[in-house]
Amino acid sequence: MAIDLKTKALKKSLFVFHLSTGSCNNCDIEILDCLTPRFDIERFGMVLVGSVKHADVLLVTGIGTIKNAERIKKLYEQMPKPGFVVAIGACACTGGIFKEGYQMAGPIDKIIPVDVYIPGCPPKPEAMIAGIVKLLEKIK
Amino acid sequence: MKKVIVPIGPYHPLFEEPEYFALYCDGERVVDIEWMAGYNHRGIEKLSESKHWDQVTFLIERICGICSTSHPIAYCNAVEDLAKIEIPERAKYIRSIVGELERLHSHLLWVGLAGHFLGYNTVFMWAWKYREPILDIMEMVTGNRNHYAMMKIGGVRRDIENEDIDIIKKILDELKGKLEMLTGAVLDDPVLAARLKGVGVLTKQDIKDYGAVGPVARASGVDIDVRRDNPHAAYNLVEWKVITCQDGDVFSKAVVRLLECFESIKIIEQSLVRLKKIKGDIAIEVRYIPSGEGIGRYEAPRGECYHYVRSDGTSRPVRHKIRAPSYVNIPTFKASCIGETIADVTIILAGIDPCYCCTERAITVYDADTRKKLFDGKDLMKLSQEKTRKIKKQLGFKEK
Amino acid sequence: MEIIEQVKEKFKSKIKSVFFHNEKRVYLEIDKEDLIDVVKFIFHDLDARFITASGIDNLKDMEILYHFSLDSDGIVISLRVFIDRDNPCIESITSIVKGALNIEREMYELLGIKFLNHPGLKRFLTDEFPEGFYPLRKDSPGRAEQ
Repeated sequence: MAIDLKTKALKKSLFVFHLSTGSCNNCDIEILDCLTPRFDIERFGMVLVGSVKHADVLLVTGIGTIKNAERIKKLYEQMPKPGFVVAIGACACTGGIFKEGYQMAGPIDKIIPVDVYIPGCPPKPEAMIAGIVKLLEKIK
Repeated sequence: MKKVIVPIGPYHPLFEEPEYFALYCDGERVVDIEWMAGYNHRGIEKLSESKHWDQVTFLIERICGICSTSHPIAYCNAVEDLAKIEIPERAKYIRSIVGELERLHSHLLWVGLAGHFLGYNTVFMWAWKYREPILDIMEMVTGNRNHYAMMKIGGVRRDIENEDIDIIKKILDELKGKLEMLTGAVLDDPVLAARLKGVGVLTKQDIKDYGAVGPVARASGVDIDVRRDNPHAAYNLVEWKVITCQDGDVFSKAVVRLLECFESIKIIEQSLVRLKKIKGDIAIEVRYIPSGEGIGRYEAPRGECYHYVRSDGTSRPVRHKIRAPSYVNIPTFKASCIGETIADVTIILAGIDPCYCCTERAITVYDADTRKKLFDGKDLMKLSQEKTRKIKKQLGFKEK
Repeated sequence: MEIIEQVKEKFKSKIKSVFFHNEKRVYLEIDKEDLIDVVKFIFHDLDARFITASGIDNLKDMEILYHFSLDSDGIVISLRVFIDRDNPCIESITSIVKGALNIEREMYELLGIKFLNHPGLKRFLTDEFPEGFYPLRKDSPGRAEQ
């Protein structure tokens, strides 16, 4: 019962925490681009938060380097449940072009469970918003 | 005297990339700073050795998302230097156009982020809104907003059609007016002048010691620019000038970047005019890379990108050394942050326009004795924005 | 080229070879014992800018290239030094060039080259690899055994 209420509240406004784990930063810039007036996710009620303890959704970009792996796990544990993980970009989904590197501890779903994959290099902001909408439908 | 250790990083909400700095403070003043990198290290130099010469261009693009075309141009310059290849004239102009468009969007991105660090969120929104038409041009010309995949050894991969040239010109004309407004707003604002002048000063000797490059060096009066010193592409075929300032503080760095945007527009406009007249191929066919060594450089928005390649005549590089500009710019913190207050550290860090992903490859303040947490990343950001508010009040401006 | 003539004049036989790849790219080979003197001359007297240093594993030995830029002429001078592969060590140039601190640490952790008299030679980019795993060496396996 408590979980249903929480999920209903989730659908109203999503608090999103952004985590970059060894990425080229392109996906990260496109995420920040979503805040700008052209795409403006704030009108959907989505807000970027500064601490994972307030987050409902964890947006992860990057390959997940060996140096980062422990921290990713810790941050995921700190996120209040129910929480969802979205892997953004080819690197987070499969490792992309860096798959054979010696610093690879990922891709992300080897470290933490992922709910939505948004491929692309980088995915356009429209693709990201579409992915989040699919997530909302999945919660339903 | 009590010393306080302030680790910055690895996850700070507005440095999207993870990085780790430890600040040693004495009260409010910074006494020393240490940089621990490696969170973005992806082993690219090693990966280069396992890919063919053409595939490396796609790998290199993904070193950095913002200077996405700088590394491929530097790499192609290196291989063309090795194999003594001269690219066709049309390709030279297209390379310059794509490179300068990238410089425009990168500097606007920086202006937005710097505005946010200071508490000017409207500047952030404006700058990123004006960036969008440039990304539209990129999408029209190359097919993607970032990671354009335009460069290849021997030339470029896609052409710019004449119809597109008129559209690009129109968008740039509109952008010029907006840039002038933004530049005026930033440079004439007395609060920003009070906040940024004299902060994070780097002297010419500092620039020489650390080998700093790009706007960071030019803001301190060191007149270096790879586009003029080691010309390639169309940079010696069009008229433009190198912007320098003398003071070396964060304000000068902002001035240099904003004025460079206008020079970039000049270069693009002249190149577009020439492109309409020149016919020809956009690339020459390269079948074989002989053995030898090659060095290629390019002036990325953050400074000089340097690539060294060695070949033994086979289809893969034997060694590919990449040095991104932020690698030499970030250590200048040691010179610019020491003696400054904690509230200024965020903007000094931002003034170098650090691109951690290029370089390899979050802020908490602890009490040195008890190891108790004093401030965290958001608090430090607030300190910076708070200082701006104080200065605004001092100068008699009402809080908006 | 006039600048290179100055270097040859000053160091005579210590410059073992000079190779002009073209008018903007010069490669000078020297012995590792002469490294500090030549770097001092190029960095201070010729007022060159230190760009970076590249370490290369040639299997039979190791090579380090120190790249300097003469910005007013657009020339890149690369100093080539060969060192022994079984016990690779060389004098650090950080006493002359402050900016070489981090690149020497990187060469230490990725290739295993020891830099003598370096003020703080420790890992820079990686810290969880087992001892003896040097990713940029030609005979290193693709991944470290965790």
